[in-house]
Amino acid sequence: MSRFTLRLAVLIAVLALVGAPFLLGAFTITLMNYVGIYALVAIGLALLTGVGGLVSFGQAAFVGLAAYSSAWVTALNGGSPWIGLLLGIVITCAVAFILGLITLRLQGHYLSLSTIAWGLAIGFLFGNVEGLGKHNGIASIPPISIGSVSLVESWQIYYLIWAVVCVVLLLVYNLLDSRIGRAMRALRGGNTLVESLGINVFWIKVTCFVFAAFLAALSGWLYAHLSRFISPTPFEPLMGIEYLMMAMVGGAGSPIGGVIGAAIVTLLKNFVQDYLHYIIPSGTGQLEVVAYAGLFIVFLQYARGGVVAWVQQYLPATAIPRPSQATPLARRDKPAAGTPLLKVDQAERRFGGLIAVNKVSFDVNAGEILGLIGPNGAGKSTMFNLLTGALQTNSGSITFAGKDITRTRQSNIAQAGIARTFQHVKLRPKMTLLDNVMLGAYPRTHTGLFSGLFRLNRAEEASARYDALQQLERVGLGDKPFELAGNLPLGNQRILEIARALAADPVLLVLDEPAAGLRRGEKQQLAALLKSLRDNDKLTILLVEHDMEFVMGLVDRLVVMDFGEKLIEGQPEAVREDPRVQEAYLGGTA
Amino acid sequence: MDFDIASILAIDGLASGAIYVLIAIGTVLIFTVTRVVFIPFGDIAAFTALTLAALEMGRLPGTAGLVVVLAGMATLVEVVALLRNGRAHEIPGALLYYLALPLALVGVVWLSEPLYQSSMVLRILFSLILILPIAPLLDRIVYRPIADASVLMLLIVSMALHFALVGLGLLFFGPEGVRTEPMTDAIFEFGSIMITGQAALIMFAAVLFSGLLYLFFDFTLIGKSLRATAVNRSGARLMGIRPERSGTIAYIVGSLMAGVSGILIAPVNTMFYDSGFLLGLRAFVGAIIGGLVSYPGTAIGSLFVGVLESFASFQSSAFKDVIVFSLLIPILIWRSIVSVHTEEHDEE
Amino acid sequence: MPLLTIEDVSVSYGKVDAVRSVSLQVEEGQIVTVIGPNGAGKTTLMLATIGLLRSFGRMTFMGEDLSRLSVEDRIEKGLCLVPEKRELFAEMSVRDNLLLGAYTRYNRATINNELEAVYERFPRLKQRHKQDAGTLSGGERQMLALGRALMTKPKLLVLDEPSLGLAPLIVREIFHTVASLRELGVSVLLVEQNARAALETADVGYVLETGEIVQSGEASSLIHDPRLMAAYLGGH
Repeated sequence: MSRFTLRLAVLIAVLALVGAPFLLGAFTITLMNYVGIYALVAIGLALLTGVGGLVSFGQAAFVGLAAYSSAWVTALNGGSPWIGLLLGIVITCAVAFILGLITLRLQGHYLSLSTIAWGLAIGFLFGNVEGLGKHNGIASIPPISIGSVSLVESWQIYYLIWAVVCVVLLLVYNLLDSRIGRAMRALRGGNTLVESLGINVFWIKVTCFVFAAFLAALSGWLYAHLSRFISPTPFEPLMGIEYLMMAMVGGAGSPIGGVIGAAIVTLLKNFVQDYLHYIIPSGTGQLEVVAYAGLFIVFLQYARGGVVAWVQQYLPATAIPRPSQATPLARRDKPAAGTPLLKVDQAERRFGGLIAVNKVSFDVNAGEILGLIGPNGAGKSTMFNLLTGALQTNSGSITFAGKDITRTRQSNIAQAGIARTFQHVKLRPKMTLLDNVMLGAYPRTHTGLFSGLFRLNRAEEASARYDALQQLERVGLGDKPFELAGNLPLGNQRILEIARALAADPVLLVLDEPAAGLRRGEKQQLAALLKSLRDNDKLTILLVEHDMEFVMGLVDRLVVMDFGEKLIEGQPEAVREDPRVQEAYLGGTA
Repeated sequence: MDFDIASILAIDGLASGAIYVLIAIGTVLIFTVTRVVFIPFGDIAAFTALTLAALEMGRLPGTAGLVVVLAGMATLVEVVALLRNGRAHEIPGALLYYLALPLALVGVVWLSEPLYQSSMVLRILFSLILILPIAPLLDRIVYRPIADASVLMLLIVSMALHFALVGLGLLFFGPEGVRTEPMTDAIFEFGSIMITGQAALIMFAAVLFSGLLYLFFDFTLIGKSLRATAVNRSGARLMGIRPERSGTIAYIVGSLMAGVSGILIAPVNTMFYDSGFLLGLRAFVGAIIGGLVSYPGTAIGSLFVGVLESFASFQSSAFKDVIVFSLLIPILIWRSIVSVHTEEHDEE
Repeated sequence: MPLLTIEDVSVSYGKVDAVRSVSLQVEEGQIVTVIGPNGAGKTTLMLATIGLLRSFGRMTFMGEDLSRLSVEDRIEKGLCLVPEKRELFAEMSVRDNLLLGAYTRYNRATINNELEAVYERFPRLKQRHKQDAGTLSGGERQMLALGRALMTKPKLLVLDEPSLGLAPLIVREIFHTVASLRELGVSVLLVEQNARAALETADVGYVLETGEIVQSGEASSLIHDPRLMAAYLGGH
């Protein structure tokens, strides 16, 4: 599908929305108003849950906060709905920010459980606070007026609602294709990788969370002034589940899926309401809930991907032009060859009673390739995690470029110029090769949320994109930059990790078993690449390896570990002849 | 607040806490064995109370209809799954297990109406018999097709299932609230502190069933296989322990505990078809204090929730739920910090 | 008839092949080893054999097609895996761990005798029978994993990296135990990095590299193949 057809499709959709009030009945327009309002929340959830992997059951509470704020301003204090909007957004975002600060460090399902907790607590609040009408709610909320036009009729507010939805969609798609958006897309699948790229996971989560709450606030404001009456019921957890359902039915992770999901769920509910009493004459109210809770469960069992993913597999991929040349990103100064770059001093790490790394010391000098080798279980990977900050030392110190980094946060170590790869490849398989590599450039680029939303980041994006392409070409993966990373064979996934690390323009490159799973020819290419990085780019490389054959011809010096301790350090030939090394590698039965 | 009021509140709180203990332990059991956060145990408790009330009034409870419907659905799902996997020879066994067995239980209750008219113990027994198949059948219909899904996905499904059950509850039990006959009207006095017989019974039951569960885990191979599944699922599979089977047993044991709690609370509180939600959620807060893994922690947590709720409702009855659920957040933070987190759980 | 036949088996993660059309056989009473470097696909192959990973191709055990059998079915038929991570029940006692090994067997009368037999083979487990498995040392864990596997009364025991992370002395003991399984009539499929120790213990060896079998033969001849040994030590 070309860009032209894509734009044509968008244009037709917008025209259809504009024309709808002339063609459809008043009831359908009212229904569409609700679809639009729900869609705003669902788009936020698509971002939060689908993209960022943070499942929230509490969005209905955010909708309620804004709705009640605006109702309080207008119906109870006679203020303008626009003041109501302002207050609604400020209160909702402030509450979301505080809740985010408190809960977003929670792991996995604890986070989602906390959303149930505050969702319930805020939900109970609406029905119990004096001055907010308690369970009776607040009536006679005035309509929104723009200039002298008061949006009383269904079709009038329809244009406002759908204009907001369209603008929000545009902004969200802009965001997803920006530096912050890529970081959000990387959240799903674990924090270790994201932190290792110099991205502060927590702040990205907070940003994502507050932005979703902002969209919920818009929705709540529109809701209050559309229905002109609010009560606590639509802001309780049942509705929170329904929003989640909309986002997932549409296809979590896809903003347009939020709109489609909101439409499907709303129409389905309406349909169930209309027709259920033909099937079972009594007790339709409860059966409605049963029916769509049941449908939701069936949906989760059989089509977790959602409607958008399902449709997408039948559509041709959008053709994207290769990134063209752009101003290069700034590069770091590399230290002079031979100066000590990394100093590990008496590092120790225990797991329970097990000592994985026992008082190990060694240096890495600028411009050299140092190999850290040893049999499986020798503590190499633990050592590796200690010096990249993924694990903390129990005692001892690690110094990088003259600064003590023993207790430094992982993302800060990455920003200081250490880039790493993983023994068990960590990529974002559903992002393209180019996007995966661009993630690496995060610490070198600077545009923030607003530049991303409003496309003020074009120059920097172009530079980062071109830089990423160059890294891909350099490691030999430049021919298909828009292939999904998950489709690469395992060996190439390792190589892609190296390209990503290079995109950070590191001073020190640390590679965890880069040759594992590679064929002989691929290993030779990798060795050539690493040598050229040392010789031409003045890069320092620390290599953790199991494969002796690969290491021998490549490294300048070797450190051998066995049972958590440093066995020996020296030139490759000397190390190989050492009887202790032979024993460690061949095993004790000989 | 003087000492007398405080002691009344405390005892009241401990009694409701004991109810939460019974439900919460089932929740922990299910979570450790199947990774499902089974929110509907509160509904199971409420349904048991409604079942008992119906039996008291000499009516066939709505539970019978519910079990028949679920048994039909579970059988359908199982037979289709067997046919698809080319294991058609196992269909007779499945029919026996998923259709004949639950129907037989319903039949027994239906046929023995004259018996339970006379005896409260039999009514309680039959209520429990009727309630036990529900959770295992739901497991087969709802959770087993997505047994490999993430904890989060299972949690979303649980929330949806809970709402479906509330709807079914209204359909099968109607909107009326019920209160069953008191089991005892004894009152114990210790100085100025008075304990009702019912409160004592509730606390005794919580201790008794927790003790029985402990014995089950420690002295039977089935109990050990359940623990093994909870401790290390793939390790258990490698010993030939089927997680589905462990799951079914866990659902039955959990339902039993929740059912007992429902029976004990029914004479004290008026129960509605939707009373289970708050009951279950408060128990759930208790379970989370136990980290969803520790039984003693869960028991202490549930008692704490009961006492807190009792004092909170004395201070401000409107905000007691706000207080209880706001409290959950600091607890979650504490649990999240102390729990060992492995990255693999996040992988999608 | 061979005990286990693996014929043209492939395993993939998504679109990535980890094992490509591998074939191998284990005869009754044999110890067969699969050696190869990290990332060669050894563990993947073992997980597929026990049924924890989906695979394509044909696998039979005692003449029976394995494709429709679940993991638990395979355990009941007498296949048993001691995985690389051991997968012990860390918060349960040593004795409970061993008892659970006998879970699938309906005749429980003889269990105590079998428990004693395992204790006799690994006296250290007896000393620690009340201790939680999680508190054991690395070597003891491996012994417990082996003991628990023996409690399932396997016909074929699949061992994934039994020497991983163990001290040389304990490695020797473990391999001694593996060798002695022949006398119990238990066949063994052994996956190892420790190539020399594995080949010294085994009858037949296969070499797996990047998901494919690149060499196979009598273990005694493989061990004298200078090219192979060089690959594991580096250089020449």
